[in-house]
Amino acid sequence: MSLADEIQQVAKRYPDSKSAILPALRLAQEQHGWLSRAAIEEVGEALDLTPAYCMSVASFYDMFNLEPAGRHTIEVCTNVCCGLVNAQAVLESFERELGVAPGETTADGEITLRAVECLGACSTPTAVAVDHRYRQSVTPDQAASIVEELRGR
Amino acid sequence: MAAEASPALVLGGAEEQPLRDLASYRAVGGYAQLERARAMTPQQVIEELIASNLRGRGGAFFPTGRKASFIPTPDKIAKPVYITVNADESEPGTFKDREIMLRVPHRLVEGCLIAAHAIQSRSVFIYIRGEYSTEYDVLQAAVGEAQGAGLLGDVSIVVHRGAGAYICGEETALLESLEGKRGQPRSKPPFPAIEGVYASPTLINNVETITTIPVVLQVGPAEFAKIGVPPDSTGTRVFCLSGNVVRPGAYERPHGITVRELIYDIGGGIADGRKLKAVMVGGSSFPVMTPDEIDTRLDATSLGQRGLFIGSGVVTAIDDRACIVQFALRVAQFYMHESCGKCTPCRVGTRWLVQLLRAVENGSATEHDLELLLDVCDRIIGKCLCVLGDSAAMPVASCVTKYRDEFHEHLAHGGCPFGADSSLDRLFAPVDQHHLAPVAHEAGV
Repeated sequence: MSLADEIQQVAKRYPDSKSAILPALRLAQEQHGWLSRAAIEEVGEALDLTPAYCMSVASFYDMFNLEPAGRHTIEVCTNVCCGLVNAQAVLESFERELGVAPGETTADGEITLRAVECLGACSTPTAVAVDHRYRQSVTPDQAASIVEELRGR
Repeated sequence: MAAEASPALVLGGAEEQPLRDLASYRAVGGYAQLERARAMTPQQVIEELIASNLRGRGGAFFPTGRKASFIPTPDKIAKPVYITVNADESEPGTFKDREIMLRVPHRLVEGCLIAAHAIQSRSVFIYIRGEYSTEYDVLQAAVGEAQGAGLLGDVSIVVHRGAGAYICGEETALLESLEGKRGQPRSKPPFPAIEGVYASPTLINNVETITTIPVVLQVGPAEFAKIGVPPDSTGTRVFCLSGNVVRPGAYERPHGITVRELIYDIGGGIADGRKLKAVMVGGSSFPVMTPDEIDTRLDATSLGQRGLFIGSGVVTAIDDRACIVQFALRVAQFYMHESCGKCTPCRVGTRWLVQLLRAVENGSATEHDLELLLDVCDRIIGKCLCVLGDSAAMPVASCVTKYRDEFHEHLAHGGCPFGADSSLDRLFAPVDQHHLAPVAHEAGV
């Protein structure tokens, strides 16, 4: 199914097709890796919205990449609950392992590292989302194996 | 009394194993209350909710039955009426809705269907935060299973995924987002019960609140109203215990358990033999609690007498390694990052708080800046369109007033007296993250 067909399928769930913009942008990002101008235009076309409108919505939400991002993402929670239990050391361990700062992507375009706000997994700090799936109770010494696992994917 | 393990209600049956599939939920009496509710008139269901005095578990603690009673009945309005379930759980320290969705997804679905019957709605939207992938899968599977078993009747349940925005947990921002817009709060009135999603009457409830509805019917409203601290704080809460405790976790207990019981008796006390320094109660959006206040009971009235809030049931223990200025700074950075930018006191105020707290931490602040901090808080609280501004200012103001000596130490010391010994030292905040650097491959261009 084409992206436009998929989006229109999702739009049927809502009384107003505009409601499908978040799922549509998610689908476009999954397909393109990020929300390029072309991806935004495709979403707009499928939902009969202007690219400018789609961009205004996409730019509001943290999970949309408005610039190219890595094939994989590692997101480390650095809010206070994880922060009290070593999140900064976990983040720094990933920085060393990947050779990038938070918000950056490795030079080979493989892995994007981000610090994120509370993931809602506070009883098992440090919470790390690896390709949007939670790992819990992550410790600094686990960074190397997580990166190795992603490089093998 | 309250510290003893009492029977779980909201998480009932899922103490050992999650009840993810329909058969295992049915085995503990699942969907029996839906059947009972459908045999009652919608008005009777609302009356049971009112009699139980169930109140909102998302933070606002509004009486659930009364809220449902505000929704016009079909004979009064020609528009459809909607239910939106707030599963955009993002308040720092909160993970109870996630536990509920992972452990008793069908009880949430049952609650949705009972609520739909009560307000005669045929359309339910569950707005789940975008980061919850596994939770989305589990919930979607439960909805599919319930539908396959014919339990939905003429009701549709759509699980709608957010895309990363704390503000969408604010009810009107959630509605905007659900309508396909930027998640910026609306001014009220009109309230959602009159004009919610698609300009139609909309009932908005938190995941835990909706999941408690089958429990209310199961134990009976009169019995439910005796649990906890009647008349205002009835029933149980799934408390979120985290931070520097030995056994963090989601613990369902009646309202009225003390913070001390939760941290020491249930949580095993402060880890690594450290001393308790502060407690984040309700979430990061509220004033902090000092160690001499921990015998306060976790119910709205007892907390309210101390100017504290039950919020989303958060109890985060902060031990004596943490610098309280760094704590306040990190909290302020969160709200600066999440401010939607629509109204000025919040947009500008959160940035100002961060600047001032950074100056205290770096040693460039003066006594005057502490007064300025409190003044900025005062100019935010109660002056914004939604509560996000208050949520930034209340914890910061409480840190300055309750830990003033520590702020003074920073001034006298010309910077942080704890240095690298603080557990929150140099803690990175996403607000300081630059845009993604361009990468070598430009996929899709």
